[in-house]
Amino acid sequence: MFRIFHIWSLVAVAGLAAQPAFAETHNEILASIQKEAAGTPGFQGFSAARGESFFKSKHGGEWSCASCHTENPAAPGKHAKTGKVIDPLAPSANAERFTSPKKVNKWFKRNCNDVLSRACTPQEKGDMLAYLLTVKK
Amino acid sequence: MSIHKQKNFRMLAVALLAVGATMSAAQADDDRDERYGWRLGEKSAGKYGGENRGKPLQPAQTNAKFQKECSDCHIAYAPGLLPAKSWRKVMAGLDKHFGSDASLDAQDNKEITAFLVNNASNRWSAPTAPLKITEAAWFKRKHDGHEISPAVWKNPLVKSPANCAACHPRADRGDFNEHDIRLPK
Repeated sequence: MFRIFHIWSLVAVAGLAAQPAFAETHNEILASIQKEAAGTPGFQGFSAARGESFFKSKHGGEWSCASCHTENPAAPGKHAKTGKVIDPLAPSANAERFTSPKKVNKWFKRNCNDVLSRACTPQEKGDMLAYLLTVKK
Repeated sequence: MSIHKQKNFRMLAVALLAVGATMSAAQADDDRDERYGWRLGEKSAGKYGGENRGKPLQPAQTNAKFQKECSDCHIAYAPGLLPAKSWRKVMAGLDKHFGSDASLDAQDNKEITAFLVNNASNRWSAPTAPLKITEAAWFKRKHDGHEISPAVWKNPLVKSPANCAACHPRADRGDFNEHDIRLPK
């Protein structure tokens, strides 16, 4: 019995190792943003409606999120400067989105800087992901 | 052969010769200017006043991280297009990269910088280090009014001189072969 258990645990470990490094689901990403946000005073959860208005508004700069990702995050976007096509942002239209914490951090840092000239708060990030998860293909 | 036919034959021969001449001009290696460089008194400084792109532009063995990270927003410009000093500056200023934040984490930045520096232009002798490929003397000469009509730059399909792939379909692989140039209509 012990032996059988041992073999199966090896199979399970091999299966996990075959996954791409750090791959997560968008729900796991949302949960980790929530964990971060929960530490801030007065946190009352995320709002998709607030996320949508954040996504579509300018924040003092030249661009909004929608400038590149368009008003419909399920549609392909276009880089405001180079014109390069950007794959859809909404997970319903592009399953790869919000599955790599490294990629998520990289792009939040870059794009929040471009749109707000500062880092986004966990609240803002969570609201936005909550909104993107409501967008249907 | 009637006079009329002879005339046609002669015209055909002239046409074929003309095609041949055009083809050999097009096939000429892009280094042909090098042979005339000395006439322009450039021998001491090197071609284009020392601001020449490298050969090859891209090493046979590329770097996966460079390919992936540098092609998120534009094509991954071949390392040989600029000198090492330029790449160091570009990579040190990614948080303000031509009007947008393109920062990378420290480890990725280090790996990509090393690749760019190791494969930077090997024919750049000037002390200059432009941030923009389009500011290099070789670029300006190759894309001046004699080579490219101003109308081409105004074409919305070209958009910007940084958009190499508008006319060089294999630019993303560091291939700027003159045969392949296609000006968008």
